[in-house]
Amino acid sequence: MEEDIKPDKKINIKGLICPYTFVKAKLAIEDMEVGEALEILLDYEEASRSIPKSMEDHGQKVLKVEKINDTDWVLVIRKEKE
Amino acid sequence: MSEFTEDQLQRYSRHIILPEVGGKGQKKLLNAKVFIIGAGGLGCPVGYYLAAAGVGTIAMIDNDEVELSNLQRQIAHSVKTLGKPKVESAKNTFESLNPDVNVIALKQRISKNNIMEFIKDYDIVVDGSDNFPTRYLVNDACVMAGKPLVSGAILRFEGQVTTIIPGDGHCYRCLFEEMPPAGLVPSCQEAGVLGVLPGVVGGLQATEVLKLILGKGDVLKNELLIYNALKTTFRKVKVPKNPDCPVCGKNPTITELLDYDAEYCTMR
Repeated sequence: MEEDIKPDKKINIKGLICPYTFVKAKLAIEDMEVGEALEILLDYEEASRSIPKSMEDHGQKVLKVEKINDTDWVLVIRKEKE
Repeated sequence: MSEFTEDQLQRYSRHIILPEVGGKGQKKLLNAKVFIIGAGGLGCPVGYYLAAAGVGTIAMIDNDEVELSNLQRQIAHSVKTLGKPKVESAKNTFESLNPDVNVIALKQRISKNNIMEFIKDYDIVVDGSDNFPTRYLVNDACVMAGKPLVSGAILRFEGQVTTIIPGDGHCYRCLFEEMPPAGLVPSCQEAGVLGVLPGVVGGLQATEVLKLILGKGDVLKNELLIYNALKTTFRKVKVPKNPDCPVCGKNPTITELLDYDAEYCTMR
């Protein structure tokens, strides 16, 4: 895991559950350029595991998965491919 | 991609999360225009699934009204639409399923005089007709117009699907150069059909259309898929492009649409 990545885009998907968590994250990644990093703020625990796995399955790079408080996680994903 | 509405995000979520579709693919589907020949056994499931998938513009042409004998297999119609034009019945069904879709209902017979004008604004043509004259008309028109054509046919327990990419793969005349003589073609009186068969074949046709729009996977180019419902078998037959094909060959002899004999009885 790399630290101190400066994201190019941030999305807040708190309140969303699967699969809409991944739908929102995927649409955000699709709109970005290869090499850019997306920061995702979420509060649905399952998505803190499923989004990184799905992003890796789609060929993207997971840079960070961090629980930042009792309810929230921050993920950082770098776009590696279209 | 945030131009999707919240309703669309939910409706198409199972598409968007597929790597082969995604938001970009879903946008392609919403912008696509498909022309379906026939609102019967094949046209119903093809149009139904394309509407569900969010194909934005779907035209259907058919000159018939809904009859009770159609309802054994033509799933877009119902007892409430008996006697109404099939295309109107189908339009109501598809637009109820998905208001994103604009269905253009054309209650008339497709002919050599109108087909070129109809298909010119569409990306893909689907043949769900039930007779040879129409099948050959649609093939020849699509070859001449350079429109991809997904052709399907059903009889009794057997169905066929093939995808014609003009200029690249085979066409229907590479497979069967001339229409069979009328006496050899089973008429509607002789030909029953298992009600679910057009569902299978139409589902395959709709799948071909979606792949063509998305530009993903392989389609039945230079191939004919034959499904036997009694045996539960799928068989693929190679259909090489015929360099001497009268319509898509190097020196075509059919360069304008012919008088396609419409003496075959229309199946209901």
